[in-house]
Amino acid sequence: MIEFFIENEQLIYFFVLCTFLGVELIANVPAVLHTPLMSGANAISGVILVGAIIIMMRIDETDYLGLALGTIAVFLGMLNISGGFFVTGKMLQMFSGKKKSK
Amino acid sequence: MEALVHISYLIAMLGFVVGLKFLASPSRAKTGNLIAAGGMALAVVATIVGQFYGVEISILKLSLIILGITAGYLVGKKMSDKVEMTEMPQLISFFNAMGGGVAMILGVLEARIDQSPSSASLILLWSGLIIGAASFSGSIVAYRKLSGKQKDKKALWIMWLSRLLLVVFIATPILYIYNFLPSELEIITLILLVLGLIYGIIFVLPIGGADMPVVISLLNSLTGVATALAGILYDSSIMIAGGIFVGAAGVLLTLLMCQAMNRSLFAVIGGKFKSTKGGPVGVEEEIEIKTTSFGEVATKLAFANKVAIIPGYGLAVAQAQHLCKQLQSLLESKDTEVHYIIHPVAGRMPGHMNVLLAEADVHYDILKEMDSVNDDMSSYDIAIVIGANDVVNPAAETDEYSPIYGMPIIRAYNCRDVVVIKRGMAKGYAGVENKLFGYENCQLLFADAKDALTGITNQLKLL
Repeated sequence: MIEFFIENEQLIYFFVLCTFLGVELIANVPAVLHTPLMSGANAISGVILVGAIIIMMRIDETDYLGLALGTIAVFLGMLNISGGFFVTGKMLQMFSGKKKSK
Repeated sequence: MEALVHISYLIAMLGFVVGLKFLASPSRAKTGNLIAAGGMALAVVATIVGQFYGVEISILKLSLIILGITAGYLVGKKMSDKVEMTEMPQLISFFNAMGGGVAMILGVLEARIDQSPSSASLILLWSGLIIGAASFSGSIVAYRKLSGKQKDKKALWIMWLSRLLLVVFIATPILYIYNFLPSELEIITLILLVLGLIYGIIFVLPIGGADMPVVISLLNSLTGVATALAGILYDSSIMIAGGIFVGAAGVLLTLLMCQAMNRSLFAVIGGKFKSTKGGPVGVEEEIEIKTTSFGEVATKLAFANKVAIIPGYGLAVAQAQHLCKQLQSLLESKDTEVHYIIHPVAGRMPGHMNVLLAEADVHYDILKEMDSVNDDMSSYDIAIVIGANDVVNPAAETDEYSPIYGMPIIRAYNCRDVVVIKRGMAKGYAGVENKLFGYENCQLLFADAKDALTGITNQLKLL
Protein backbone atom coordinates (compact mmCIF):
# COMPACT_ATOMS: atom_id res chain seq x y z
CA MET A 1 0.00 0.00 0.00
CA ILE A 2 2.77 2.40 1.06
CA GLU A 3 4.83 1.39 -1.97
CA PHE A 4 1.88 2.22 -4.16
CA PHE A 5 1.65 5.65 -2.62
CA ILE A 6 5.34 6.38 -3.13
CA GLU A 7 5.33 5.06 -6.68
CA ASN A 8 2.29 7.08 -7.65
CA GLU A 9 2.79 10.19 -5.58
CA GLN A 10 2.34 12.57 -8.50
CA LEU A 11 -0.76 10.75 -9.64
CA ILE A 12 -2.30 11.09 -6.21
CA TYR A 13 -1.53 14.81 -6.06
CA PHE A 14 -3.16 15.13 -9.46
CA PHE A 15 -6.20 13.22 -8.20
CA VAL A 16 -6.65 15.46 -5.17
CA LEU A 17 -6.22 18.72 -7.10
CA CYS A 18 -8.69 17.59 -9.76
CA THR A 19 -11.26 16.96 -7.05
CA PHE A 20 -11.04 20.54 -5.87
CA LEU A 21 -11.04 21.88 -9.40
CA GLY A 22 -14.17 19.87 -10.20
CA VAL A 23 -16.02 21.44 -7.29
CA GLU A 24 -14.77 24.97 -8.00
CA LEU A 25 -15.68 24.82 -11.69
CA ILE A 26 -19.38 24.51 -11.13
CA ALA A 27 -19.70 26.20 -7.75
CA ASN A 28 -21.96 28.99 -8.99
CA VAL A 29 -24.26 27.15 -11.34
CA PRO A 30 -27.84 28.50 -11.42
CA ALA A 31 -30.64 25.98 -10.78
CA VAL A 32 -31.88 26.30 -14.36
CA LEU A 33 -28.68 24.74 -15.65
CA HIS A 34 -28.58 21.79 -13.25
CA THR A 35 -30.08 19.37 -15.72
CA PRO A 36 -27.91 20.26 -18.76
CA LEU A 37 -24.84 20.36 -16.54
CA MET A 38 -25.60 16.93 -15.16
CA SER A 39 -26.08 15.64 -18.66
CA GLY A 40 -22.85 17.25 -19.88
CA ALA A 41 -20.89 15.87 -16.95
CA ASN A 42 -22.40 12.49 -17.67
CA ALA A 43 -21.06 12.70 -21.22
CA ILE A 44 -17.61 13.59 -19.93
CA SER A 45 -17.56 10.54 -17.68
CA GLY A 46 -17.79 8.58 -20.93
CA VAL A 47 -14.03 9.22 -21.19
CA ILE A 48 -13.84 5.72 -19.73
CA LEU A 49 -13.99 4.75 -23.42
CA VAL A 50 -10.25 5.49 -23.44
CA GLY A 51 -9.82 2.68 -20.92
CA ALA A 52 -11.93 0.37 -23.03
CA ILE A 53 -9.71 1.00 -26.05
CA ILE A 54 -6.54 0.48 -24.00
CA ILE A 55 -7.78 -2.84 -22.66
CA MET A 56 -8.82 -4.02 -26.13
CA MET A 57 -5.16 -3.85 -27.10
CA ARG A 58 -4.13 -6.12 -24.26
CA ILE A 59 -6.64 -8.85 -24.96
CA ASP A 60 -5.28 -11.94 -26.66
CA GLU A 61 -6.32 -12.17 -30.34
CA THR A 62 -7.73 -15.62 -29.81
CA ASP A 63 -9.73 -14.75 -26.71
CA TYR A 64 -12.99 -14.23 -28.52
CA LEU A 65 -15.11 -13.77 -25.39
CA GLY A 66 -12.69 -11.11 -24.20
CA LEU A 67 -12.75 -9.35 -27.55
CA ALA A 68 -16.54 -9.44 -27.62
CA LEU A 69 -16.75 -7.94 -24.12
CA GLY A 70 -14.19 -5.31 -25.08
CA THR A 71 -16.17 -4.34 -28.17
CA ILE A 72 -19.33 -4.05 -26.08
CA ALA A 73 -17.43 -1.81 -23.66
CA VAL A 74 -16.26 0.41 -26.54
CA PHE A 75 -19.82 0.56 -27.87
CA LEU A 76 -21.35 1.45 -24.49
CA GLY A 77 -18.67 4.04 -23.79
CA MET A 78 -19.26 5.74 -27.13
CA LEU A 79 -23.03 5.53 -26.60
CA ASN A 80 -22.55 7.35 -23.30
CA ILE A 81 -20.44 10.04 -24.97
CA SER A 82 -22.45 10.61 -28.12
CA GLY A 83 -25.85 10.41 -26.45
CA GLY A 84 -24.70 12.60 -23.57
CA PHE A 85 -23.36 15.43 -25.70
CA PHE A 86 -26.22 15.34 -28.21
CA VAL A 87 -28.89 15.45 -25.50
CA THR A 88 -27.11 18.29 -23.70
CA GLY A 89 -26.88 20.19 -26.98
CA LYS A 90 -30.54 19.62 -27.66
CA MET A 91 -31.53 20.93 -24.24
CA LEU A 92 -29.34 24.01 -24.50
CA GLN A 93 -30.58 24.70 -28.02
CA MET A 94 -33.99 25.37 -26.54
CA PHE A 95 -32.68 27.84 -24.01
CA SER A 96 -30.61 29.89 -26.38
CA GLY A 97 -33.22 29.83 -29.13
CA LYS A 98 -35.51 31.82 -26.87
CA LYS A 99 -32.91 34.33 -25.86
CA LYS A 100 -32.07 35.27 -29.43
CA SER A 101 -35.71 36.02 -30.21
CA LYS A 102 -35.73 38.79 -27.62
CA MET B 1 4.21 10.73 -32.20
CA GLU B 2 4.02 9.86 -28.53
CA ALA B 3 4.55 13.49 -27.62
CA LEU B 4 1.74 14.47 -29.93
CA VAL B 5 -0.59 12.00 -28.21
CA HIS B 6 0.27 13.41 -24.82
CA ILE B 7 -0.24 16.98 -25.98
CA SER B 8 -3.63 15.94 -27.35
CA TYR B 9 -4.54 14.54 -23.95
CA LEU B 10 -3.55 17.80 -22.32
CA ILE B 11 -5.67 19.80 -24.75
CA ALA B 12 -8.57 17.38 -24.24
CA MET B 13 -8.33 17.84 -20.50
CA LEU B 14 -8.40 21.62 -20.90
CA GLY B 15 -11.47 21.09 -23.07
CA PHE B 16 -13.18 19.33 -20.17
CA VAL B 17 -12.22 22.07 -17.71
CA VAL B 18 -13.36 24.93 -19.93
CA GLY B 19 -16.40 22.96 -21.08
CA LEU B 20 -17.60 22.33 -17.53
CA LYS B 21 -16.93 25.93 -16.55
CA PHE B 22 -18.96 27.20 -19.50
CA LEU B 23 -21.75 24.69 -18.91
CA ALA B 24 -22.31 26.31 -15.54
CA SER B 25 -23.03 29.74 -17.04
CA PRO B 26 -26.28 30.40 -18.92
CA SER B 27 -24.91 32.44 -21.81
CA ARG B 28 -21.97 30.20 -22.62
CA ALA B 29 -23.43 26.77 -21.88
CA LYS B 30 -23.84 25.81 -25.52
CA THR B 31 -20.26 26.67 -26.37
CA GLY B 32 -19.18 24.75 -23.29
CA ASN B 33 -20.91 21.64 -24.50
CA LEU B 34 -19.16 21.89 -27.88
CA ILE B 35 -15.76 22.45 -26.29
CA ALA B 36 -16.17 19.44 -24.00
CA ALA B 37 -17.33 17.32 -26.93
CA GLY B 38 -14.33 18.48 -28.96
CA GLY B 39 -12.02 17.56 -26.10
CA MET B 40 -13.60 14.14 -25.95
CA ALA B 41 -13.20 13.54 -29.69
CA LEU B 42 -9.54 14.53 -29.43
CA ALA B 43 -8.99 12.18 -26.48
CA VAL B 44 -10.54 9.24 -28.31
CA VAL B 45 -8.62 9.82 -31.54
CA ALA B 46 -5.37 10.33 -29.62
CA THR B 47 -5.93 7.05 -27.78
CA ILE B 48 -6.52 5.07 -30.95
CA VAL B 49 -3.50 6.62 -32.69
CA GLY B 50 -1.33 6.19 -29.60
CA GLN B 51 -2.30 2.55 -29.13
CA PHE B 52 -1.82 1.50 -32.74
CA TYR B 53 1.22 3.60 -33.65
CA GLY B 54 4.50 1.74 -33.81
CA VAL B 55 3.09 -1.69 -33.12
CA GLU B 56 1.99 -4.31 -35.58
CA ILE B 57 -1.56 -3.29 -36.35
CA SER B 58 -4.13 -5.91 -35.55
CA ILE B 59 -6.78 -5.47 -38.21
CA LEU B 60 -9.28 -7.45 -36.14
CA LYS B 61 -8.95 -5.24 -33.07
CA LEU B 62 -8.88 -2.02 -35.04
CA SER B 63 -12.05 -2.93 -36.91
CA LEU B 64 -13.79 -4.04 -33.71
CA ILE B 65 -12.94 -0.73 -32.03
CA ILE B 66 -14.10 1.28 -35.02
CA LEU B 67 -17.24 -0.82 -35.24
CA GLY B 68 -17.99 -0.20 -31.55
CA ILE B 69 -17.38 3.53 -31.85
CA THR B 70 -19.43 3.97 -35.02
CA ALA B 71 -22.35 1.97 -33.66
CA GLY B 72 -22.21 3.81 -30.31
CA TYR B 73 -22.15 7.18 -32.06
CA LEU B 74 -25.10 6.37 -34.31
CA VAL B 75 -27.27 4.81 -31.61
CA GLY B 76 -26.53 7.67 -29.21
CA LYS B 77 -27.40 10.28 -31.82
CA LYS B 78 -30.57 8.50 -32.83
CA MET B 79 -31.75 8.10 -29.22
CA SER B 80 -31.16 11.75 -28.41
CA ASP B 81 -32.78 12.92 -31.64
CA LYS B 82 -35.94 11.00 -30.96
CA VAL B 83 -36.34 11.79 -27.28
CA GLU B 84 -39.26 13.89 -26.08
CA MET B 85 -38.40 16.65 -23.65
CA THR B 86 -40.41 15.00 -20.90
CA GLU B 87 -38.37 11.82 -21.23
CA MET B 88 -35.08 13.63 -20.85
CA PRO B 89 -34.28 12.64 -17.25
CA GLN B 90 -34.62 8.93 -17.87
CA LEU B 91 -32.44 9.19 -20.96
CA ILE B 92 -29.65 10.81 -18.95
CA SER B 93 -30.03 8.01 -16.45
CA PHE B 94 -29.84 5.45 -19.26
CA PHE B 95 -26.64 6.95 -20.70
CA ASN B 96 -25.16 7.01 -17.25
CA ALA B 97 -25.91 3.30 -16.92
CA MET B 98 -23.85 2.77 -20.08
CA GLY B 99 -20.83 4.47 -18.50
CA GLY B 100 -21.21 2.30 -15.39
CA GLY B 101 -21.47 -0.74 -17.63
CA VAL B 102 -18.12 0.06 -19.22
CA ALA B 103 -16.44 0.34 -15.82
CA MET B 104 -17.95 -3.02 -14.92
CA ILE B 105 -16.74 -4.76 -18.09
CA LEU B 106 -13.27 -3.24 -17.70
CA GLY B 107 -13.03 -4.82 -14.24
CA VAL B 108 -13.99 -8.23 -15.59
CA LEU B 109 -11.56 -8.02 -18.50
CA GLU B 110 -8.74 -6.84 -16.27
CA ALA B 111 -9.20 -9.85 -13.98
CA ARG B 112 -9.25 -12.08 -17.06
CA ILE B 113 -5.99 -10.73 -18.47
CA ASP B 114 -3.95 -10.14 -15.34
CA GLN B 115 -4.23 -13.16 -13.08
CA SER B 116 -1.95 -11.90 -10.33
CA PRO B 117 -2.23 -8.13 -9.91
CA SER B 118 -0.54 -6.28 -7.05
CA SER B 119 -2.69 -5.57 -4.00
CA ALA B 120 -3.05 -1.92 -4.95
CA SER B 121 -4.18 -2.76 -8.49
CA LEU B 122 -6.55 -5.34 -7.08
CA ILE B 123 -8.21 -2.81 -4.82
CA LEU B 124 -8.53 -0.33 -7.70
CA LEU B 125 -9.85 -3.03 -9.98
CA TRP B 126 -12.47 -4.26 -7.57
CA SER B 127 -13.57 -0.80 -6.42
CA GLY B 128 -14.00 0.26 -10.04
CA LEU B 129 -15.90 -2.93 -10.77
CA ILE B 130 -18.27 -2.66 -7.81
CA ILE B 131 -18.92 1.07 -8.27
CA GLY B 132 -19.44 0.57 -12.00
CA ALA B 133 -21.84 -2.34 -11.49
CA ALA B 134 -23.82 -0.49 -8.80
CA SER B 135 -24.00 2.61 -10.97
CA PHE B 136 -25.14 0.51 -13.92
CA SER B 137 -27.95 -1.36 -12.18
CA GLY B 138 -28.91 1.66 -10.07
CA SER B 139 -29.25 3.85 -13.15
CA ILE B 140 -31.38 1.22 -14.85
CA VAL B 141 -33.71 1.12 -11.83
CA ALA B 142 -33.84 4.95 -11.83
CA TYR B 143 -34.58 4.85 -15.55
CA ARG B 144 -37.44 2.41 -14.99
CA LYS B 145 -38.83 4.47 -12.10
CA LEU B 146 -38.85 7.64 -14.16
CA SER B 147 -40.62 5.86 -17.00
CA GLY B 148 -43.19 4.69 -14.47
CA LYS B 149 -42.31 1.03 -14.88
CA GLN B 150 -41.06 0.53 -11.36
CA LYS B 151 -42.64 1.30 -8.00
CA ASP B 152 -40.85 2.25 -4.81
CA LYS B 153 -40.14 -0.56 -2.46
CA LYS B 154 -39.28 -0.07 1.17
CA ALA B 155 -38.47 -2.89 3.52
CA LEU B 156 -36.26 -3.54 6.48
CA TRP B 157 -34.47 -6.42 4.80
CA ILE B 158 -33.31 -4.08 2.06
CA MET B 159 -31.55 -1.91 4.60
CA TRP B 160 -29.86 -4.87 6.27
CA LEU B 161 -28.89 -6.45 2.98
CA SER B 162 -27.26 -3.25 1.78
CA ARG B 163 -25.28 -2.96 5.01
CA LEU B 164 -24.22 -6.59 4.73
CA LEU B 165 -23.10 -6.06 1.15
CA LEU B 166 -21.00 -3.05 2.15
CA VAL B 167 -19.21 -5.22 4.70
CA VAL B 168 -18.60 -7.88 2.06
CA PHE B 169 -17.19 -5.29 -0.35
CA ILE B 170 -14.70 -4.10 2.22
CA ALA B 171 -13.84 -7.51 3.62
CA THR B 172 -13.26 -9.37 0.35
CA PRO B 173 -10.10 -7.57 -0.80
CA ILE B 174 -8.59 -7.77 2.68
CA LEU B 175 -9.29 -11.49 2.99
CA TYR B 176 -8.01 -12.09 -0.52
CA ILE B 177 -4.77 -10.18 -0.08
CA TYR B 178 -4.02 -12.13 3.10
CA ASN B 179 -4.77 -15.40 1.33
CA PHE B 180 -7.89 -16.32 3.25
CA LEU B 181 -9.82 -16.82 0.05
CA PRO B 182 -9.31 -19.25 -2.83
CA SER B 183 -7.07 -17.74 -5.45
CA GLU B 184 -9.44 -17.89 -8.43
CA LEU B 185 -9.39 -14.20 -9.18
CA GLU B 186 -11.86 -14.35 -12.05
CA ILE B 187 -14.52 -16.17 -10.04
CA ILE B 188 -14.29 -13.82 -7.08
CA THR B 189 -14.48 -10.89 -9.50
CA LEU B 190 -17.65 -12.27 -11.04
CA ILE B 191 -19.22 -12.79 -7.62
CA LEU B 192 -18.37 -9.22 -6.67
CA LEU B 193 -19.86 -8.07 -9.95
CA VAL B 194 -23.18 -9.74 -9.16
CA LEU B 195 -23.16 -8.35 -5.62
CA GLY B 196 -22.40 -4.88 -7.01
CA LEU B 197 -25.38 -5.16 -9.34
CA ILE B 198 -27.61 -6.20 -6.45
CA TYR B 199 -26.32 -3.33 -4.35
CA GLY B 200 -27.19 -0.82 -7.07
CA ILE B 201 -30.72 -2.14 -7.30
CA ILE B 202 -31.45 -2.11 -3.58
CA PHE B 203 -29.79 1.28 -3.24
CA VAL B 204 -32.27 2.93 -5.59
CA LEU B 205 -35.39 0.82 -4.94
CA PRO B 206 -36.54 2.51 -1.71
CA ILE B 207 -35.98 6.05 -3.02
CA GLY B 208 -39.08 7.96 -4.12
CA GLY B 209 -39.72 8.87 -7.75
CA ALA B 210 -39.50 12.61 -7.17
CA ASP B 211 -36.03 12.21 -5.69
CA MET B 212 -34.71 10.48 -8.79
CA PRO B 213 -32.88 13.60 -10.08
CA VAL B 214 -30.78 13.61 -6.94
CA VAL B 215 -30.12 9.91 -7.31
CA ILE B 216 -29.17 10.21 -10.96
CA SER B 217 -26.77 13.00 -10.11
CA LEU B 218 -25.25 10.82 -7.41
CA LEU B 219 -24.95 7.80 -9.68
CA ASN B 220 -23.44 10.03 -12.35
CA SER B 221 -20.86 11.09 -9.83
CA LEU B 222 -20.19 7.43 -9.01
CA THR B 223 -19.56 6.60 -12.66
CA GLY B 224 -17.05 9.45 -12.64
CA VAL B 225 -15.28 7.93 -9.64
CA ALA B 226 -15.21 4.50 -11.31
CA THR B 227 -13.67 6.14 -14.39
CA ALA B 228 -11.02 7.85 -12.30
CA LEU B 229 -10.14 4.59 -10.51
CA ALA B 230 -9.74 2.84 -13.84
CA GLY B 231 -7.61 5.82 -14.90
CA ILE B 232 -5.17 5.20 -12.04
CA LEU B 233 -5.02 1.54 -13.02
CA TYR B 234 -4.13 2.38 -16.63
CA ASP B 235 -2.00 5.36 -15.67
CA SER B 236 -4.16 7.54 -17.94
CA SER B 237 -4.31 11.14 -16.78
CA ILE B 238 -7.18 12.04 -19.10
CA MET B 239 -9.35 9.34 -17.52
CA ILE B 240 -8.43 10.45 -14.02
CA ALA B 241 -9.11 14.10 -14.81
CA GLY B 242 -12.40 13.49 -16.62
CA GLY B 243 -13.59 11.01 -14.03
CA ILE B 244 -12.71 13.13 -11.04
CA PHE B 245 -14.20 16.31 -12.49
CA VAL B 246 -17.46 14.48 -12.95
CA GLY B 247 -17.18 12.80 -9.56
CA ALA B 248 -16.59 16.06 -7.70
CA ALA B 249 -19.01 18.14 -9.74
CA GLY B 250 -21.65 15.41 -9.39
CA VAL B 251 -21.41 15.41 -5.61
CA LEU B 252 -21.70 19.19 -5.48
CA LEU B 253 -24.62 19.16 -7.89
CA THR B 254 -26.31 16.49 -5.78
CA LEU B 255 -25.94 18.63 -2.69
CA LEU B 256 -27.24 21.73 -4.50
CA MET B 257 -30.32 19.82 -5.60
CA CYS B 258 -30.95 18.57 -2.07
CA GLN B 259 -30.56 22.13 -0.84
CA ALA B 260 -33.21 23.37 -3.28
CA MET B 261 -35.61 20.83 -1.82
CA ASN B 262 -34.49 21.54 1.73
CA ARG B 263 -33.70 17.89 2.31
CA SER B 264 -30.54 16.27 3.49
CA LEU B 265 -28.82 13.82 1.20
CA PHE B 266 -29.15 11.28 3.97
CA ALA B 267 -32.93 11.63 4.04
CA VAL B 268 -33.11 11.21 0.28
CA ILE B 269 -31.03 8.06 0.33
CA GLY B 270 -33.00 6.71 3.25
CA GLY B 271 -36.13 7.33 1.19
CA LYS B 272 -37.90 9.28 3.88
CA PHE B 273 -38.96 12.75 4.85
CA LYS B 274 -37.74 14.60 7.89
CA SER B 275 -39.19 13.00 10.97
CA THR B 276 -41.71 15.26 12.57
CA LYS B 277 -40.19 16.15 15.91
CA GLY B 278 -42.92 15.05 18.25
CA GLY B 279 -45.82 17.46 18.33
CA PRO B 280 -49.32 16.84 17.15
CA VAL B 281 -48.56 14.19 14.56
CA GLY B 282 -51.49 12.70 12.76
CA VAL B 283 -53.91 15.42 13.77
CA GLU B 284 -55.38 16.28 10.42
CA GLU B 285 -57.59 19.28 10.30
CA GLU B 286 -60.63 18.98 8.16
CA ILE B 287 -60.04 21.25 5.25
CA GLU B 288 -63.03 22.67 3.51
CA ILE B 289 -62.41 22.95 -0.19
CA LYS B 290 -64.19 24.98 -2.82
CA THR B 291 -64.37 23.77 -6.39
CA THR B 292 -64.77 25.80 -9.52
CA SER B 293 -65.52 25.33 -13.22
CA PHE B 294 -63.79 26.10 -16.54
CA GLY B 295 -66.20 28.95 -17.21
CA GLU B 296 -65.64 30.57 -13.85
CA VAL B 297 -61.88 30.42 -14.19
CA ALA B 298 -62.11 31.84 -17.70
CA THR B 299 -64.18 34.76 -16.43
CA LYS B 300 -61.68 35.48 -13.68
CA LEU B 301 -58.85 35.36 -16.18
CA ALA B 302 -60.69 37.71 -18.52
CA PHE B 303 -60.88 40.33 -15.80
CA ALA B 304 -57.33 39.88 -14.54
CA ASN B 305 -54.50 42.24 -15.42
CA LYS B 306 -51.67 40.12 -14.17
CA VAL B 307 -51.71 36.33 -14.17
CA ALA B 308 -49.24 33.92 -12.60
CA ILE B 309 -48.99 30.40 -13.93
CA ILE B 310 -47.30 27.99 -11.53
CA PRO B 311 -46.49 24.79 -13.38
CA GLY B 312 -45.45 21.52 -11.73
CA TYR B 313 -44.95 17.84 -12.21
CA GLY B 314 -48.56 17.38 -13.34
CA LEU B 315 -48.05 19.70 -16.31
CA ALA B 316 -44.97 17.76 -17.34
CA VAL B 317 -46.70 14.40 -17.05
CA ALA B 318 -49.75 15.57 -18.99
CA GLN B 319 -47.43 17.15 -21.61
CA ALA B 320 -49.65 20.18 -21.49
CA GLN B 321 -46.92 22.79 -22.09
CA HIS B 322 -48.20 23.64 -25.59
CA LEU B 323 -51.75 24.17 -24.35
CA CYS B 324 -50.35 26.31 -21.60
CA LYS B 325 -48.63 28.46 -24.20
CA GLN B 326 -51.92 28.75 -26.12
CA LEU B 327 -53.71 30.03 -23.04
CA GLN B 328 -50.86 32.46 -22.44
CA SER B 329 -51.01 33.82 -26.01
CA LEU B 330 -54.76 34.23 -25.78
CA LEU B 331 -54.43 36.16 -22.53
CA GLU B 332 -51.66 38.30 -23.95
CA SER B 333 -53.81 39.15 -26.95
CA LYS B 334 -56.25 40.58 -24.41
CA ASP B 335 -53.47 42.72 -22.91
CA THR B 336 -53.11 40.57 -19.82
CA GLU B 337 -49.64 40.18 -18.42
CA VAL B 338 -48.70 36.52 -17.90
CA HIS B 339 -45.75 35.24 -15.86
CA TYR B 340 -44.66 31.71 -15.24
CA ILE B 341 -43.29 31.18 -11.77
CA ILE B 342 -40.92 28.29 -11.53
CA HIS B 343 -40.00 26.54 -8.31
CA PRO B 344 -36.38 25.34 -8.33
CA VAL B 345 -37.48 21.71 -8.17
CA ALA B 346 -40.59 21.95 -10.33
CA GLY B 347 -40.91 19.18 -12.89
CA ARG B 348 -38.75 16.14 -12.71
CA MET B 349 -35.39 17.80 -12.60
CA PRO B 350 -34.07 21.24 -11.73
CA GLY B 351 -34.43 23.36 -14.83
CA HIS B 352 -36.64 20.74 -16.42
CA MET B 353 -39.70 23.00 -16.38
CA ASN B 354 -37.76 25.75 -18.14
CA VAL B 355 -36.78 23.34 -20.89
CA LEU B 356 -40.35 22.09 -21.24
CA LEU B 357 -41.78 25.58 -21.54
CA ALA B 358 -38.98 26.64 -23.85
CA GLU B 359 -39.99 23.75 -26.09
CA ALA B 360 -43.49 25.23 -26.28
CA ASP B 361 -41.96 28.56 -27.38
CA VAL B 362 -42.61 30.35 -24.13
CA HIS B 363 -40.51 33.48 -24.02
CA TYR B 364 -37.53 33.32 -21.69
CA ASP B 365 -38.36 36.77 -20.24
CA ILE B 366 -41.64 35.77 -18.64
CA LEU B 367 -40.22 32.75 -16.83
CA LYS B 368 -39.70 33.99 -13.29
CA GLU B 369 -37.58 32.29 -10.67
CA MET B 370 -39.36 31.79 -7.39
CA ASP B 371 -37.02 34.04 -5.40
CA SER B 372 -37.35 37.00 -7.74
CA VAL B 373 -41.14 37.33 -7.39
CA ASN B 374 -42.00 35.76 -4.06
CA ASP B 375 -42.19 39.05 -2.16
CA ASP B 376 -44.37 40.55 -4.84
CA MET B 377 -47.00 37.83 -5.17
CA SER B 378 -49.85 40.11 -4.07
CA SER B 379 -49.50 42.02 -7.34
CA TYR B 380 -50.96 39.06 -9.24
CA ASP B 381 -54.71 39.02 -9.69
CA ILE B 382 -54.87 35.31 -10.13
CA ALA B 383 -52.50 32.38 -9.84
CA ILE B 384 -53.16 29.22 -11.81
CA VAL B 385 -51.39 26.27 -10.22
CA ILE B 386 -51.11 23.43 -12.73
CA GLY B 387 -50.16 20.06 -11.34
CA ALA B 388 -48.05 21.44 -8.52
CA ASN B 389 -48.82 20.75 -4.90
CA ASP B 390 -46.13 20.69 -2.25
CA VAL B 391 -44.34 23.72 -3.72
CA VAL B 392 -47.31 25.98 -2.93
CA ASN B 393 -48.24 24.44 0.42
CA PRO B 394 -48.16 27.19 3.08
CA ALA B 395 -47.65 24.52 5.73
CA ALA B 396 -43.98 24.69 4.77
CA GLU B 397 -43.93 28.20 6.26
CA THR B 398 -46.49 28.03 9.02
CA ASP B 399 -46.70 24.51 10.39
CA GLU B 400 -43.60 23.66 12.34
CA TYR B 401 -44.69 20.06 12.61
CA SER B 402 -45.23 19.52 8.92
CA PRO B 403 -42.73 17.19 7.27
CA ILE B 404 -42.06 19.81 4.61
CA TYR B 405 -41.58 22.64 7.11
CA GLY B 406 -38.71 24.85 5.96
CA MET B 407 -38.90 23.98 2.29
CA PRO B 408 -39.00 27.17 0.22
CA ILE B 409 -42.40 27.60 -1.43
CA ILE B 410 -44.03 29.92 -3.93
CA ARG B 411 -46.35 32.20 -1.96
CA ALA B 412 -49.31 31.65 -4.23
CA TYR B 413 -51.65 32.26 -1.29
CA ASN B 414 -50.77 35.97 -1.49
CA CYS B 415 -52.40 36.34 -4.91
CA ARG B 416 -55.94 37.67 -4.98
CA ASP B 417 -57.28 34.39 -6.36
CA VAL B 418 -55.68 31.00 -6.58
CA VAL B 419 -56.98 28.23 -8.82
CA VAL B 420 -55.38 24.83 -8.38
CA ILE B 421 -55.82 22.43 -11.26
CA LYS B 422 -55.31 18.85 -10.18
CA ARG B 423 -56.71 15.48 -11.03
CA GLY B 424 -57.99 14.52 -7.61
CA MET B 425 -57.55 15.07 -3.91
CA ALA B 426 -54.46 12.88 -3.88
CA LYS B 427 -51.68 14.29 -1.75
CA GLY B 428 -48.48 15.59 -3.26
CA TYR B 429 -45.24 13.67 -3.25
CA ALA B 430 -44.51 14.52 0.37
CA GLY B 431 -47.83 12.98 1.40
CA VAL B 432 -49.06 15.96 3.36
CA GLU B 433 -52.33 17.79 3.36
CA ASN B 434 -52.15 21.04 1.42
CA LYS B 435 -53.26 23.85 3.72
CA LEU B 436 -53.62 26.13 0.72
CA PHE B 437 -56.84 24.36 -0.30
CA GLY B 438 -58.53 25.60 2.84
CA TYR B 439 -57.67 29.26 2.19
CA GLU B 440 -60.43 31.71 1.47
CA ASN B 441 -59.03 32.74 -1.89
CA CYS B 442 -58.28 29.24 -3.15
CA GLN B 443 -60.45 27.19 -5.45
CA LEU B 444 -59.88 23.78 -6.93
CA LEU B 445 -60.52 22.57 -10.44
CA PHE B 446 -60.49 18.82 -10.67
CA ALA B 447 -59.29 17.85 -14.14
CA ASP B 448 -56.33 16.58 -16.07
CA ALA B 449 -53.98 19.47 -16.90
CA LYS B 450 -54.60 19.01 -20.61
CA ASP B 451 -58.41 18.93 -20.37
CA ALA B 452 -58.47 21.84 -17.95
CA LEU B 453 -56.32 24.07 -20.14
CA THR B 454 -58.34 23.21 -23.24
CA GLY B 455 -61.58 23.87 -21.36
CA ILE B 456 -60.46 27.20 -19.96
CA THR B 457 -59.04 28.35 -23.29
CA ASN B 458 -62.26 27.47 -25.12
CA GLN B 459 -64.41 29.29 -22.56
CA LEU B 460 -62.13 32.28 -22.68
CA LYS B 461 -62.43 32.49 -26.47
CA LEU B 462 -66.20 32.76 -26.11
CA LEU B 463 -66.00 35.70 -23.74
